[in-house]
Amino acid sequence: MAETTVKKIATRESYGNALKDLAEEFPELVVLDADLAAATKTSIFRKAYPDRHIDCGIAEANMMGVAAGLSLMGKIPFVSSFAMFAAGRAFEQVRNSIGYPHLNVKIGATHAGITVGEDGATHQCNEDIALMRTIPGMVVMCPADDVEAKAAVRAALEYKGPVYIRFGRAAVPVINDRPDYQFEIGKGSVVREGRDVTIVATGICVDSALGAAEKLAADGVSAEVISICTIKPLDEDIIVNSAKKTGRVVTVEEHSVIGGLGSAVCDCLSAKLPTRVKKLGMQDVFGESGSAAELVHKYGLDAEGVYQSVKEFL
Amino acid sequence: MNNLELQKHANEVRKGIVTAVHSAKAGHPGGALSAADVFTFLYFEEMNIDPGNPDKPDRDRFVLSKGHTAPGLYSVLANRGFFPVEDLKTLRHLGSYLQGHPCIHIPGVDMSSGSLGQGISAAVGMALGAKMNQESFRIYTLLGDGELEEGQVWEASMFAGHRKLDNLCVIVDNNNLQIDGPIDQVCSPYPIDRKFEAFNFHVINVDAHDFDALRAAFGEARQTKGMPSCIILHSLKGKGVSFMENSIDWHGKAPNDEEYAVAMADLEKIDAELEKAGEA
Repeated sequence: MAETTVKKIATRESYGNALKDLAEEFPELVVLDADLAAATKTSIFRKAYPDRHIDCGIAEANMMGVAAGLSLMGKIPFVSSFAMFAAGRAFEQVRNSIGYPHLNVKIGATHAGITVGEDGATHQCNEDIALMRTIPGMVVMCPADDVEAKAAVRAALEYKGPVYIRFGRAAVPVINDRPDYQFEIGKGSVVREGRDVTIVATGICVDSALGAAEKLAADGVSAEVISICTIKPLDEDIIVNSAKKTGRVVTVEEHSVIGGLGSAVCDCLSAKLPTRVKKLGMQDVFGESGSAAELVHKYGLDAEGVYQSVKEFL
Repeated sequence: MNNLELQKHANEVRKGIVTAVHSAKAGHPGGALSAADVFTFLYFEEMNIDPGNPDKPDRDRFVLSKGHTAPGLYSVLANRGFFPVEDLKTLRHLGSYLQGHPCIHIPGVDMSSGSLGQGISAAVGMALGAKMNQESFRIYTLLGDGELEEGQVWEASMFAGHRKLDNLCVIVDNNNLQIDGPIDQVCSPYPIDRKFEAFNFHVINVDAHDFDALRAAFGEARQTKGMPSCIILHSLKGKGVSFMENSIDWHGKAPNDEEYAVAMADLEKIDAELEKAGEA
């Protein structure tokens, strides 16, 4: 049987398009970048609104402070860089100049996780969710595809306060393109119902989880798949309700298993419904050079890898 | 405002600093005292602000990048009428709104600060935002000289110079002392003036404790178009309190009861001298 062609778009591309598409509706929106506009895709916005695009040069620490100052002048800055530099290098600026005063600054961080690919470990940020999640009042989102990425950008602009959104470099399948799709900050969704095991996934791993569920079904295992875009605040109800039903939870993320989605799910379940959890992600290791597909396979985050891990867990 | 009145206000600001830090049993009196005259000049003469309406949209903005000298900022805000002078005694106490470092929720405080190097970036962002909004107010930020060792200061300065932010006035309190020693022995930021010039600032060197000189410097900064200004204040750390002057020990230490009494006596002596000068 020939595989149907699935539309693939990188969420960084969705980000750039959403910024451009929302610019008229949100006149206060300004976009900051640190010499990466071509890569983060804020170049799409820059081309349409050059006067509202501020290139700060290769100086991410200052860029975060400039965004803070702009927000105090009534602007809604979307600050862009690679996740490594936005959440990593400029962590303390985000904490003290944006988080502590709870300013209306949005951080659009692209090139998150190992799907950065060939650039290798220095540029593959597997720690950003953990870092951003620890800042009081920070909303942390990780969209799964083009539809969700655009919805997250709109939701961030409508929300008043600091928001971090992580986007990917590699093209990923569009999985949420359906008429009844709805997005709300802090709400997860059951994208496949099941009764034997719950797979909670975020970002590009939602697609892997759905693929794994398909393979598990062939083995007679009914897996429920929950898509979590907002890691903070976490939709605890959806996770607890599913865990009540299945009794076993697997988390999947393109991020370290320390401090990310898996940790957030464990924080929730340990307090509300102690449940066995297996965390899939980067197992306390750095990434390496390779193509996105090769890396996702090597680190067990493709459908096959998730399938094998769930089988071992059951 | 005439210089004698400014001097009297500055002396009250210094009393507030010493009183707040004494009550807190912790804090940074040295760099607050060295900047007391510029705090006074800014809030009693230079800046367009209204204590009755701290958030008025067209006010000039101030960011205390050297946030550890919060007692100086709080004291001038209190003396200018933003909140009661009596509240200075709650500095750093549990439950007080007067946090150890500036917090945006305090009346008159335009930005949280204290992690060195970050305040100047926020001020630069405000200056850019004001330009984009075609606002005519000005943005002031005060940095320590030791703070210039932070790389972010130079990222921010490069950006401000590149963007020709002439509504921005960067002020450096050059008292020559930081916690670990004289700044030229720890990791010298000198020559400070030539550095800012190289980053496309109009630089003005001035005696921090001479109100005529301050008036001329801030006037010159306001007249400067097409580039941001940097006013380098040549100051005396601990100024006004005999045993704190030019002493590294008083960078971040509170006076005990006896020391507090001596400090207040020093400042009251200055009051008496100013009274006498006024009668003459």
